[in-house]
Amino acid sequence: MTEQTANTFDASSSEPIIEIIDMHKWYGDFHVLSDINLSVERGERIVICGPSGSGKSTLIRCINRLEQHQRGKIIVDNIELSNDLKNIEKIRAEVGMVFQHFNLFPHLTILENLTLGPIWVRKEPKKEAEETAMYYLNKVQIAEQAKKYPGQLSGGQQQRVAIARSLCMKPKVMLFDEPTSALDPEMVKEVLDVMIDLAQEGMTMLVVSHEMGFARSVAHRVLFMDSGQIVEQNTPEEFFHNPQNERTQKFLSQILH
Amino acid sequence: MSQQTTQHRKYEARPPIASVGVIGWIRQNLFNSPLNSVLTIIIMAGLVQLLPPVTKWAFIDSVWFTSADVCKDTSGACWSVISQNLRFILFGFYPYDEHWRPITSVLILFGLFWLSYYRQFWSKKLLYGWLVGLVVMGVLMKGGIFGLVPVETTQWSGISLTLLLSLFGLTAAYPLGVMLALGRRSTLPAVKTLCVIYIELIRGVPLISLLFMSSVMFPLFLPEGVTIDKILRAQVAIILFTAAYIAEVVRGGLQAIPKGQYEAAEALGLEYGLKMRLIILPQALKVVIPPTVSILISAFKDTSLVIIIGLFDIMKTTKTTLANPEWMGFSTEAYIFIAILYFLGCFSMSNFSRNLEKTLKT
Repeated sequence: MTEQTANTFDASSSEPIIEIIDMHKWYGDFHVLSDINLSVERGERIVICGPSGSGKSTLIRCINRLEQHQRGKIIVDNIELSNDLKNIEKIRAEVGMVFQHFNLFPHLTILENLTLGPIWVRKEPKKEAEETAMYYLNKVQIAEQAKKYPGQLSGGQQQRVAIARSLCMKPKVMLFDEPTSALDPEMVKEVLDVMIDLAQEGMTMLVVSHEMGFARSVAHRVLFMDSGQIVEQNTPEEFFHNPQNERTQKFLSQILH
Repeated sequence: MSQQTTQHRKYEARPPIASVGVIGWIRQNLFNSPLNSVLTIIIMAGLVQLLPPVTKWAFIDSVWFTSADVCKDTSGACWSVISQNLRFILFGFYPYDEHWRPITSVLILFGLFWLSYYRQFWSKKLLYGWLVGLVVMGVLMKGGIFGLVPVETTQWSGISLTLLLSLFGLTAAYPLGVMLALGRRSTLPAVKTLCVIYIELIRGVPLISLLFMSSVMFPLFLPEGVTIDKILRAQVAIILFTAAYIAEVVRGGLQAIPKGQYEAAEALGLEYGLKMRLIILPQALKVVIPPTVSILISAFKDTSLVIIIGLFDIMKTTKTTLANPEWMGFSTEAYIFIAILYFLGCFSMSNFSRNLEKTLKT
């Protein structure tokens, strides 16, 4: 292998962009997330895995406050998440999110999907926003679809558009919530390729995914969650070859054949 | 091995005669099953019985532009009741010599409707056209400037009143309804409660009682000497009533939008107003075009209820005409005429809605 991305990360040089301290979340009486402590450095790439219902999606959705935490602190780009709407909107503009089901806006063309955020949130002039949008569409290789509507695209194409839509906001962090699990198998690769490109450009990424190959080649750190807790975290090398926790071992033995 | 080639023989075949053309259509649509065949035959027999006498009454034996005396001697329809009283039915007590003013207003209104029907005319210009048109119509109807004789609103009647109540009733109720729907789904408890109370209260009473309240009860609460135009009060009652129904339909549309759309809009950092305006409402309102138009159509027809508070809409002017001893007894003809007018109004609204659905690709 010639280009195994160096999966080492030198944290000493930078300050954390996301800091989660002693965070808890409940749905009613159900303790979904408990005692989460996580610090993400600028440029760091983290893959979060774990059985379904373990709280991994909820965790990254707390980072841009699509879910609200009840105890502890979440600090993103030096702003603490609270009920202050202005702060939340500021953070959301800096944090890109890619959903499992793409969530493109079906009534807008691909180009309009991409320019909406920059024009209305960043107040960019339309022309400039369209240029940026075309740049990113080229990058995810669907520039020729700019005038179409999301419904006319395949799942893989839609997810690439969704990634481009987030990138148009020039985010500092990208969150991926199981970006490939709603896709037909033959479309997974085209989306992963875009994500790998993004990783090589140094984007800070938090990815909830079961794509272990992706985790191995791209992540600096792999987190394993179970029952709302971060059970184990390590470099991919260590995580896959030498898992410490019993639950991690069991999980890995089930998904790696 | 010799290369195998498959030869495609081209058949110059035509479909069997029985499946195309008139015969094909009849077979597919009228006689495609035993039950349908029976129904077709029964309906045909009914039409044969019914059509000739109706045609005879309406067209052959009928009189069109005669005096009431001639009418009494014919066995057919007396359309003269309409032709002789047309100006009163359409414009009521609006001063006779000034009828060109409501006529012009109505023509301007229809012109604007016609332009608005076609998507390619939708632009800022059309919006300004509407604003200017409304002002011109208002000035024409009310008068008092540019040498126009002032006409009190109490004299506005007939079709101009019906159109006025409908136009403003529908256009003001729609945005109000949308706001109520958003309010009902709001996370702010006070706003939500207010909207729920409003919607449930209004939906809990018939329009007639609202009209009575606006005309009889409401003035009692005003300080002495203050009067509010009767038409305006009825107008407000219609707006408030229709808005409550629209609110519930729109709420249904809002609920039909997947949660992911809200989340995607929020994740981009859009604030509430922008999220609703750019992402949620365009989708939600599109989904509910058919039920919304249904409500607007029934609101259009319900404007005829203002008859009970003594406003002279087109229904009341017709009734007044029929109360005239000379024309008594020709109510069938007069009501058929009114029915046709209402039908044209409702039918164009439902056509507009289908057209809208097509152009917006729902």
